[in-house]
Amino acid sequence: MTAQHLTIPATPRRSRPRPGRAPWILLLPALAAVAFLVLPFAGLLVSAPWPEMGQRLRDPEVLDALWLSLVTATVATVVSVLFGVPLAWLLARTEFPGRRFVRALVTVPLVIPPVVGGVALLIVLGRNGLLGTHLDAWFGLTVPFTTAAVVMAQVFVAMPFLVISVEGSLRGADRRYEEAAATLGANRATVFTRVTLPMVLPGIGAGAILCWARALGEFGATITFAGNFPGSTQTMPLAVYMAMQRDPEAAIVLSLVLLLVSLAVLVTLREKWMNT
Amino acid sequence: MGETALRPPRPAFLAAVTCLSLVAAACAGDGGQDAPQDRGELSGELNVFAAASLTDVFEDLAEEFETRHPGVDVVLNFAGSSELAVQINSGAPADVFAAADTVTMERVVDDLGLDPDPAAGHPEDGTLFATNTLQIAVPPENPAGVQNLGDLSGDGVDTAFCAREVPCGAAATAALEESGTDITPVTYEEDVRAVLTKVELGEVDAGLVYTTDVVAAQDRVEGIGFPEAGTEEAVNEYPIGVLSGAQEPGAARAWVELVLSGTGAAALEEAGFGTP
Repeated sequence: MTAQHLTIPATPRRSRPRPGRAPWILLLPALAAVAFLVLPFAGLLVSAPWPEMGQRLRDPEVLDALWLSLVTATVATVVSVLFGVPLAWLLARTEFPGRRFVRALVTVPLVIPPVVGGVALLIVLGRNGLLGTHLDAWFGLTVPFTTAAVVMAQVFVAMPFLVISVEGSLRGADRRYEEAAATLGANRATVFTRVTLPMVLPGIGAGAILCWARALGEFGATITFAGNFPGSTQTMPLAVYMAMQRDPEAAIVLSLVLLLVSLAVLVTLREKWMNT
Repeated sequence: MGETALRPPRPAFLAAVTCLSLVAAACAGDGGQDAPQDRGELSGELNVFAAASLTDVFEDLAEEFETRHPGVDVVLNFAGSSELAVQINSGAPADVFAAADTVTMERVVDDLGLDPDPAAGHPEDGTLFATNTLQIAVPPENPAGVQNLGDLSGDGVDTAFCAREVPCGAAATAALEESGTDITPVTYEEDVRAVLTKVELGEVDAGLVYTTDVVAAQDRVEGIGFPEAGTEEAVNEYPIGVLSGAQEPGAARAWVELVLSGTGAAALEEAGFGTP
């Protein structure tokens, strides 16, 4: 449906050149990249104690962790879309003083070690934190060691992926459609919802998937800010880490479970949404 | 592979061991005067893998060691014992392993193996050189008024424990069993430093950590001793050993001797460790 908007600008061009063979200067590095990315995974597959897999999948603590991971990562993605898309729009479509600075700040969570991010969240939202003290005093709310804290930690590390991805799509989109809509009398909000949003939907989808995947694998900020308690804050990466301490083989099985489930979800979504 | 290659005692290797026993004997006798004797005999890069809790002590001892053996460059690798054990068994270039508990050392003994030295009293499963006992760490001024282990079960007292999978968590479980109190913490942290961070930031009212951590945190936390910490299973024993296939077996033995010497014991005691 959205594809139609995008096919319109394909105004008469000369016919596409035939694809031909991939040039070796691209092919060789591409193959090396695939090997480098896939070999460690293949190593896991080979060394995994497969017979244990079924038993692990019936372990209630593993199922709790898996369920918690899927739910929190999904909620974190929804939150990131709701707040991150408007932020991306602001960065791509408006001029305000310090815009470049804000843009750089948005990428900070990508650079700092997640554990430090977790400590930073504690300093702000913890029981004795800058905001946390007031939350506690006024509403009796304490954030750390709750499932909400898991989601916050995930949003903190994962939202930048979405913002950057969506901002890129916005900058790449053809502004003439927005201008045309504006000259026809649409206000900025209407232009955004009726023209801009449909145009960048694939970018939002790609950003959301990156965001979800990053949230699903989140470890450092989560364990620092939300702690590790089975059922409420122990997500799969935390369960994997704990298993690693006692039984590295079990840790491999658990990470494969997480990997297979996330692959299954991503493939299904791709089929449904992207038709590619 | 290195393991089988080195099993038949080679003349050069035996020579190194004999030579080192002499050095070791000299070291044990008197710290300062023997330094000129072994100058030129020991050289190379000594890779010491040690539990994170040994960081301060081993850094001090490394300086001492390099003064005594100017030809040797001591490279220290600190991490959780379990991670180090995985690294060592996967072929990381380690000469000495100092673990924070005997179970983790066993994992290396069973896999790669140690290079024992019965003559010097170093058995196959490593030599114990330090102990560490638990304390209750509370934020400065002890806001929840914790006096003993029983107070941690009180209403409104948030506590952080180490996960049972890591040594400090196993020790906490043993101490709790001994005391007969049932305490549900708000979080099972991945290591003792994480527990300490939560206490330092005041996010929990108390945490179970080691005496050495309280010493290292200086005035950022207060430590409270409790009798159950002396329970046999709650005391952590630190074994050290030269790894089979060590690149620098001579220097490795000298390092073990230094740790076991009076100098080593003094440094350990200053950091809050006990002696076995």
